[in-house]
Amino acid sequence: MIIDGKLLEYLENLSCLTLSDGEKERLSADLGEILSFMERLGELDAAGVPERSHPFDDVNAFREDEAGGSFDRSLILRNAPEKNGEAFIAPKTVE
Amino acid sequence: MFDLSATELSAAIKAKKISVTEAVSAYIERVEKNDKTLNAFVTVSKENALARAAEVQRRIDGGEALSPLAGVPVAVKDNISVKGVETACASKTLGGYVPVFSATVVERLEQAGMIIMGKLNMDEFAMGGSSETGARGAVHNPWDVSRVAGGSSGGSAAAVVSGEIPAALGSDTGGSIRQPCSFCGATGIKPTYGSVSRYGLIAYASSLDQIGPIGRDADDCAALLSVISGADEKDSTCVIKKPFDFPADCPSAAGLKIGVPRNYFGAGIDESVKKAVLAAAEEFKAAGYGVEDFEMPMMDYMVPAYYIIACAEASSNLSRYDGLKYGYRNADAKTLSDVYRLSRSEGFGIEVKRRIMLGSFVLSSGYYDAYYKKALQARYLIKEAYDALFGRFDMLISPVAPTSAYKIGENVGEPVKMYMGDIYTVSVNLAGLPAIALPCGFDEKALPVGFQLIGSAFSEKTLVGAARLYQSRTDFHTRRAPTGGEPQ
Repeated sequence: MIIDGKLLEYLENLSCLTLSDGEKERLSADLGEILSFMERLGELDAAGVPERSHPFDDVNAFREDEAGGSFDRSLILRNAPEKNGEAFIAPKTVE
Repeated sequence: MFDLSATELSAAIKAKKISVTEAVSAYIERVEKNDKTLNAFVTVSKENALARAAEVQRRIDGGEALSPLAGVPVAVKDNISVKGVETACASKTLGGYVPVFSATVVERLEQAGMIIMGKLNMDEFAMGGSSETGARGAVHNPWDVSRVAGGSSGGSAAAVVSGEIPAALGSDTGGSIRQPCSFCGATGIKPTYGSVSRYGLIAYASSLDQIGPIGRDADDCAALLSVISGADEKDSTCVIKKPFDFPADCPSAAGLKIGVPRNYFGAGIDESVKKAVLAAAEEFKAAGYGVEDFEMPMMDYMVPAYYIIACAEASSNLSRYDGLKYGYRNADAKTLSDVYRLSRSEGFGIEVKRRIMLGSFVLSSGYYDAYYKKALQARYLIKEAYDALFGRFDMLISPVAPTSAYKIGENVGEPVKMYMGDIYTVSVNLAGLPAIALPCGFDEKALPVGFQLIGSAFSEKTLVGAARLYQSRTDFHTRRAPTGGEPQ
């Protein structure tokens, strides 16, 4: 599979990444090689086979729907790179 | 003391032959002395561990009934949250991140009276099979420091076999407990999906990830798995009803059948690995198990299906790293979009970027059906194949990896070769099954070789019974790595 500049840029956008020139060169070659390898799945006859996204059919063991405690806001904010006393700080998105 | 297993150390502590503080201090000293060579630890929680040691000693002295592992130091992989201790997944992205809560498994270790001594090195976000991709550098194999320790739980396996810690936790998404155990000569269990809580495990691929124990032998792993397994209301996918229990008389030998997938021993496997694993199968035969070979279906599709599904889930899970809530943020970004893109681009390493982009690709419009949907169908067929096999066999024996540990840097830049190294392990995760990896020999380079026993869902007791029997008849698990061993 050939990963050209246009497809790589599309994947950068989907992945929310901006690659350096060196990374672009390396990853377009790597992704092409890996996807060519994955294409062997195309040989598998899976017509009518269900899709399995979880190992078991019994997916969830739910707890009772009861309100519990939460974390202290000041503790959570300690990990934020930029914050005020109440919130994460992000650049303004609406003028 | 360093010759004692984890359960033996706890017994010695309870018999007052050694204090908890003495044990913890000795292990910390050992890490401080030896880990510059191995790089297995990313954090040693010296003060916390010594304070906890004194507290646990008081509880033992007060006659409190604690677990068979009480007083024993333990360390956890750097993707398992420990309250108040940096948990960075060996990534620049999470550098400086200090969780405000502990993972359920960590709480259970502490309830059992174990002492959390630190965090262990790994591949960045558990993405890799060599523990070379992390921001804190490569983990070195204790048997030959010029070689990798395997991954992604390489720090956990290396620390255990070098005697830096009696036991550890790792996580296994596609072989990340079993493969480093094979490369380092440790014993490790990848539990059935849904038997150990993932609460507080930083997610890579949520339908595949599972935390498990790494120790010097099957007994220590069983004791550790008894402590960490069990239902958890904080993880709804943890469907097990009660913790595992491994009595001394776990089923073994009589009437049990082991299948040997003959096509796992064809092209691509090192002759020395093949010989050691087949010798292990013979050992089981001699011990009274029925041993019969069979053809494993779907072998060509396991690795592609795994990497498509794992990368798809990773691309979604890692979208949370936005430079706003925690971790690394580019200081110059002026717009929200730049904060996202620049922080992620500077924070993630190349392997993580590769997997996020692969995941984005296989989920994208126009490619979804050919890749992601097809991989989910392959997963269905792999699970069906295992279900059918467990109608014939009680467990399967297989290699863990096609080779022993390779040189650091040898496979960097060859992603497909690296991914093919997971050929024997990934299908176990796709089907959610348990497997135990244990050492079965050494190759011509004097490097450890391991094998795995794979069981049906929640058959851990049968696997532990077989592993105990094997280890009672062999001594590979008792051989100690020359800590800080010289390159050969």
